[in-house]
Amino acid sequence: MTRTDAPAGEVLETSPATGSPVPPPGLTWRQKLSHWDFRFSPYLYVVPFFALFLVIGVYPMVYSGYLSFFSWPRYGLTHGEGVGFANYGHVLADPVFHKAFWNTIGIFVLSAVPQVVVATVVAAMLDTPLRGRTWWRMSVLLPFVVAPAAAALIFGSIFADKTGLANEVLRAVGLSGVAWHSDRFASWTAIATMVNYRWTGYNTLIILAALQAIPRQLYEAAAIDGAGRVQQFFHVTLPSIRPTMLFVIITATIGGMQIFTEPRLFDTNLQFQGGANYQYQTLTMYVFNTSNSGTDPYPRAAAATWIIVLIIIGIALLNYAITRQVQRRGER
Amino acid sequence: MRHSTTRRKAAVGAALALVAGTTAACGGDSEASQASLGKDDVLTITTFSDFGYDALIEEWNADPDRPFSVEMTKIADWDPWKQTLTQKLQAGDGLTDIVAVEGDAMPQFLSEGASDQFADISDPSLDDRWVEYAYQAGQTADGKQVGYPTDAGPEAFCYRADLFEKAGLPSDREEVEAIFETWDSYFAAGEELTAALPETKWYDSSGSIAQAMLNQAEFPFQTADNTIDVENAELELVWDTVTGYSTTLSPRVVQWKEDWTANFTNDGFATMPCPGWMFSNIKSNAPEVKGWDIANAFPGGGGNWGGSYLAVPAMSEHQEEAQEFASWLTDADQELAAFEAAGNYPANVEAQESLAAENATDPYFNDAPTAVILADRAAAVEPGRPYKGDMYSDILGLFQTAIQRVDEGASPDESWETFTQAVDGLS
Repeated sequence: MTRTDAPAGEVLETSPATGSPVPPPGLTWRQKLSHWDFRFSPYLYVVPFFALFLVIGVYPMVYSGYLSFFSWPRYGLTHGEGVGFANYGHVLADPVFHKAFWNTIGIFVLSAVPQVVVATVVAAMLDTPLRGRTWWRMSVLLPFVVAPAAAALIFGSIFADKTGLANEVLRAVGLSGVAWHSDRFASWTAIATMVNYRWTGYNTLIILAALQAIPRQLYEAAAIDGAGRVQQFFHVTLPSIRPTMLFVIITATIGGMQIFTEPRLFDTNLQFQGGANYQYQTLTMYVFNTSNSGTDPYPRAAAATWIIVLIIIGIALLNYAITRQVQRRGER
Repeated sequence: MRHSTTRRKAAVGAALALVAGTTAACGGDSEASQASLGKDDVLTITTFSDFGYDALIEEWNADPDRPFSVEMTKIADWDPWKQTLTQKLQAGDGLTDIVAVEGDAMPQFLSEGASDQFADISDPSLDDRWVEYAYQAGQTADGKQVGYPTDAGPEAFCYRADLFEKAGLPSDREEVEAIFETWDSYFAAGEELTAALPETKWYDSSGSIAQAMLNQAEFPFQTADNTIDVENAELELVWDTVTGYSTTLSPRVVQWKEDWTANFTNDGFATMPCPGWMFSNIKSNAPEVKGWDIANAFPGGGGNWGGSYLAVPAMSEHQEEAQEFASWLTDADQELAAFEAAGNYPANVEAQESLAAENATDPYFNDAPTAVILADRAAAVEPGRPYKGDMYSDILGLFQTAIQRVDEGASPDESWETFTQAVDGLS
């Protein structure tokens, strides 16, 4: 903040020790008030957010951490005795948790990678002088408006094993149908398709915005140097939108680790365990189901949550390391 | 600008008050205060599937003399509602004044600790209102009444007479009873039909046949002292039979899901175990299909599938009114109305008697005498079979899932191993 930001007609001095403005002695009450306003109001503005964040963000996290060290009687209203790290041990040793981990990673890879690639290509195509541009741009966002539950219901009937549209089409062209719910890889693909349906358009628009900020002279210069459309895309477009791409990748990663609605509504198992053989149970589904189980429901779910937090932190750090590498290469 | 300081402070104050208010609301008051309801106040109830209450509640709300009005939430299926119910009970908050509970899950809500979450709705004047075993199954060991029985699930067999005819099987209601005499005759006829009609399977799903056989077992999952025991001969017989016929007689679909529903209209199967409440499911899944009929027989005698309860959670602030309304809903006239609306066979003795006297028939099922059939089937039920311990519903879910794995192509041995592991994980 510079001096010129101070209200006109007021004299403020910067104390050399702290660097913050200190009211010189002998100011009037109004001047002091104005000074305090200037100094403390910003904090007051942000207090509501942090107060809310403490209540609905930090407190549940801390409490679930606390809870993860206790037992919990079924239908009890409060926790039982302390059990140390037993709940963590239970979750880490649970083969279902291991399956859920790999399912989540698998669905994430199958959704995030095609999503970003397709979004980039579609955005590049929308960035050309099309007839009815706005109409095309709006229509890519349309799937995003569809409620996830509605999308999951539609895809649920498309991917029904015996009578679904997907298998009808496959059979019509002479192929055998795919066991969408019982084959692990097929179920990941089906769920990833739902995710991609919803999120590709959203990412397209973000990338499109970045594309439009690229100076057109760069393309002209490239064209003069003899670069074709494809070369322009790889040597001008992609390097220019790198920060936006990273944003898209990071949000897709977080979304991928939290995936719940799609596999839950895709589920044909009456226990909602993500397929009869846990083929597509994700980590968040694991937490949800654990909180419904008979023994120590909440503490075990809390332990699982904290393990997932650690996993996400690990992935975030990995993301950060890769990002820095990519940025550095870009700067050269 | 300076003049706005006070306003700004007021805004911050308001925001903080809002936060404080929210926190207080989250805490809630643990003692549910009982307030009586006025004419315009609303009593809430949650049911699942179709309890046949729509018209009854409409009627109640239209009546100017009713003491309060009622609002019903209908959940499509029991399984998700079971999860919600369990969670809200554990949270001690967020349930309606009356909740519907499926019969198989009743034992777990009666167990120690869980039953504290419900109000005691015992009323000595109602002692002889319901069939004895149904009434007692809604009671804890020390006599606290948790639920009023809404219906019972005596099972008959529904079948497609048109498909039977096509396959050269007898299709007349009286003649087919021989087919549904024993499990052996039942499966033998199935092999005949599937040989004649390769596109059609014998029953609707492996799960429903497993359920039917389980309902005749004595101690399928737990012994009388609630020790979990799944390695017993009774359960192994069910397992071997159902998984053995998985590839030949079963369409290998999961009950209540898309593929199962589709089979009703594309001749996907020819028979299904049929408690009264299944009637409305068949009608809504296959409104156009002609040929459905009901046999007054069940392999190996009888069986009771389902039958639900109305319970009042302790967290309800209107327990007295809730009990009053639950009592009204389970009285003879209302259980009769529910039978007419949804086929739910009453657990109410008086309603059962008047159904038998009335000799009701159902045109959809080729004028089958539904009242007589269900009364006969109810008489064939052996009370107390199967024994349902506190983990019955949980293990049943895992068992059905194990069968689903075999239907999906897993080897029975492998699936059984996963099942026993999951059962071990319950404790």
